[in-house]
Amino acid sequence: MQNQATETVDRSHMQVSDEIAIQITKMNKWYGSFHVLRDIDLTVHRGERIVVAGPSGSGKSTMIRCINRLEEHQAGKIIVDGTELGSDLKNIDKIRSEVGMVFQHFNLFPHLTILENCTLAPIWVRKIPKREAEATAMHFLEKVKIPEQANKYPGQLSGGQQQRVAIARSLCMKPRIMLFDEPTSALDPEMIKEVLDTMVSLAEEGMTMLCVTHEMGFAQAVANRVIFMDAGQIVEQNEPKEFFNNPQHERTKLFLSQILGH
Amino acid sequence: MSDTHAQTVAYVRDTMTEQREPPLSQTGAYKWILGNMLSTPLNVILTIGSLWVIWSVLSHVLPWAVLGIWNADSLSACRAIRTEIYGADASVACWAVISERWPQLLFGFYPPEGYWRPVLAFALFIAAIAPILFASLPRKMLWLTVASPFVMFWLIWGGTVWAPICIALGFVIGWAAIRVAGPRIGALGSILLAILVPVLYWVVIAGPLASGLSAILPIGLDQVASRDMGGFMLALIIGIAGIVLSLPLGIVLALGRQSDLFLINKVSVIFIEVIRGVPLIVWLFTASLLLNYFLPPGTNFDLMLRVIIMVTLFSSAYIAEVVRGGLAALPKGQYEAGAALGLDYWKSMRLVVLPQALKISIPGIVNTFIGLFKDTTLVVFIGLLDPIGLSNAIRASTEWNGIYWELFVFIGLCFFIFCFSMGRYSLFLEKKLRREHR
Repeated sequence: MQNQATETVDRSHMQVSDEIAIQITKMNKWYGSFHVLRDIDLTVHRGERIVVAGPSGSGKSTMIRCINRLEEHQAGKIIVDGTELGSDLKNIDKIRSEVGMVFQHFNLFPHLTILENCTLAPIWVRKIPKREAEATAMHFLEKVKIPEQANKYPGQLSGGQQQRVAIARSLCMKPRIMLFDEPTSALDPEMIKEVLDTMVSLAEEGMTMLCVTHEMGFAQAVANRVIFMDAGQIVEQNEPKEFFNNPQHERTKLFLSQILGH
Repeated sequence: MSDTHAQTVAYVRDTMTEQREPPLSQTGAYKWILGNMLSTPLNVILTIGSLWVIWSVLSHVLPWAVLGIWNADSLSACRAIRTEIYGADASVACWAVISERWPQLLFGFYPPEGYWRPVLAFALFIAAIAPILFASLPRKMLWLTVASPFVMFWLIWGGTVWAPICIALGFVIGWAAIRVAGPRIGALGSILLAILVPVLYWVVIAGPLASGLSAILPIGLDQVASRDMGGFMLALIIGIAGIVLSLPLGIVLALGRQSDLFLINKVSVIFIEVIRGVPLIVWLFTASLLLNYFLPPGTNFDLMLRVIIMVTLFSSAYIAEVVRGGLAALPKGQYEAGAALGLDYWKSMRLVVLPQALKISIPGIVNTFIGLFKDTTLVVFIGLLDPIGLSNAIRASTEWNGIYWELFVFIGLCFFIFCFSMGRYSLFLEKKLRREHR
C-alpha cells in the first residue's frame, strides 16, 4: 500500500510548536471486564501529525474516540487544549466543539443537504448567523473541491466525495485538532487518493492531526510520528523514517512485514 | 464489430455500446395482461374464477346500492315506495335513513342553529393542519396552526371568548419563562419553570381573569355541553385530539425509554407497558366510572375530556414503541457524528436523530393513528353517542326500527374514507422524503 502523494508534500508550514494540544496520562479503559486500553501515555504538540497504526482490535480507534469522549475512559487523565475530560458535560461539549472528527463510514446526515450538513453545527453550537455559516461552508467545500455538490443530498455522492464533505463539515467548526478514524477504509482504491490529498493539504496548513489509518504512504509523507499499538498498548513510536526502516519491537516488525509485504 | 478479434482470446472493444430502448413487445397493457393473467392454463382458470366471484358480488350489491331510495321518512314508507317501483320482493337499500337523520349523524344533539360552529371549526382545522402536512405551503400559516386549537375549542364548546384566550396566555407565559430565565438558570431549570409558572397561572389566575374580562367585555357564543355532541363530530373531535396530542407524548416516551437516566427510563417503561397491556375499553370505563371516585366530590370533569386523555395516553404508548423502533434503526454513527460536532442531547435529537427516526416510523405512526381513529367507536360503551351509538339510537326509534345495513355501510364508508386518506398521505410523505434523501 505504498502509494500516492509521497513526493509532493510541502513540509515548510508543518512546524511543531512546544504548546501541548493533547496530553494523555496513564489512561485505562475496560469494556466490562475486558481491558481494552492499558496505561496509554501520549502527548501531542500543536501542529503535530500523528499516525496510529496497528492490527484490528488493538484499541487504536477506541483510543482516539476517548479523546472526544465518544468512549469513556475509566482511569487516568486526558487533557485536551487545557481542559480535562471528566464527567462534566460542559467540558465535554467544549472539547467536542474544538475537536473535529472524521469517521470511517462518513456519518453524514442523510436528511440534510451537503450545505446543511456543513452549517448545522456552526449555526446551532457556535450560534453563527446562517449566511455567515453558509459562506464558511462554501469556503471549505471549495477547499475539498466539491462546491458544486452543495445542494445535493449525501446519498447522491460517491464515497470519496462523502468523506471529503465529512472533512469539510468538521472544518466548518474551525477545530484546533482533527481526529481521523480510518477515513479511507470504506473507500474504493480510486477514491482513497482524493481523500488523502485533502488530508495532506490539511496537514500542510499546520493542523494538529491524529489519524488511525492503514495508509502507510500517507504516514511516510505527512506524519512526524507513527504510533504502533497492539493489545491495547502503545508498543512502539518513532519518526516515520525510523519506524518503517528500522522497527525495534518484534510485533512491529511482523505487522510491517504483513502490510508492506505485497 | 467483434469479428476483428473473434479468433483470439485477447479482446479490445473499439466502440462503446449506446443505451437502447427495451423492445416494444416487452411493454404496454397487452403484454401485462398476457403475462400476469393468462400466462399458464392454471392462471387462465384462476382469472376466470376471480372474475366470476367479482361479478356475482357486484351484481347483487350494486343494484341494491344504486337503486336505493333516498326520500322517505320511515322504514315502512321506504318499503311502500320500493313495492310501488320495483315490486315487493326486490332488495334495494333504504338510504333515506341517512338523508333524514343526516344532521344527527354528523352533529348528534348539537343545537341546529349552531351547526355552522363545528363546520367552521373543521374548516379551520383543515387550514391549520395543511402547512404541517404540505411543506410547500407558506410558513406564515403556522401561526394559524398555533392559534387554531383555542379558536376551535371556543367555536365548538362556546362560552366566553376570554376563557380560551386566558388559557392560551398560559402558554405564552411558559414560553416567556424559557426565554427570560433560560440563559440564567440553564435548560433544566427553565423547563421546570416553564411548567410550574403556567400551571400556577392556570390554577390561580386564569379563572378569575377570564370571568373578570368577560364581565367587562362580554363576548361569547352559546355554551354547548359535551353530552349534546355526537355522531361524526364526536368521533372527529376525539380522534383528532388524540392524534395531535399522542404524537408528541409518544416521542417523549420513546426518548425516555432510551434514556440513560434510571428514573426517567423506568417511569417510561412502566407507563408504556401498563397502558399497552390493558384493553382500551378498560381505560375508557376507568375514565367514565372510576375517576369519579378518586376526584374530589363536586368536581365537574368533562367526560369527553376524560375520554380524550385516555385515548391519548393509550395511543401514545403505541407511538412510543413505534418511534423507539425508528430510533433503534438509526446507525450509531448518526448519534456519534452529532455528538462529535458538539451538539448537545436535545439539539442532536431535534436536528439529527428525530427527523430520521420519525421518517422511518411514518408507516407505523400512521398505522397507530388509523387504529386510534377507529377505536373512537368504543366510546359507545360508556354512553357517548358516536356514529355507532347514534345508529343504535336511530334503530331504536319507531320510524327506523329494523334497519341496519344502510347505517353500518354508511358509517363504515365514512371511516374508510378518513382512514384511507391517512394511509395515502403517509405514502405520499414516504415517497417525498425518499426522493429528497435518497
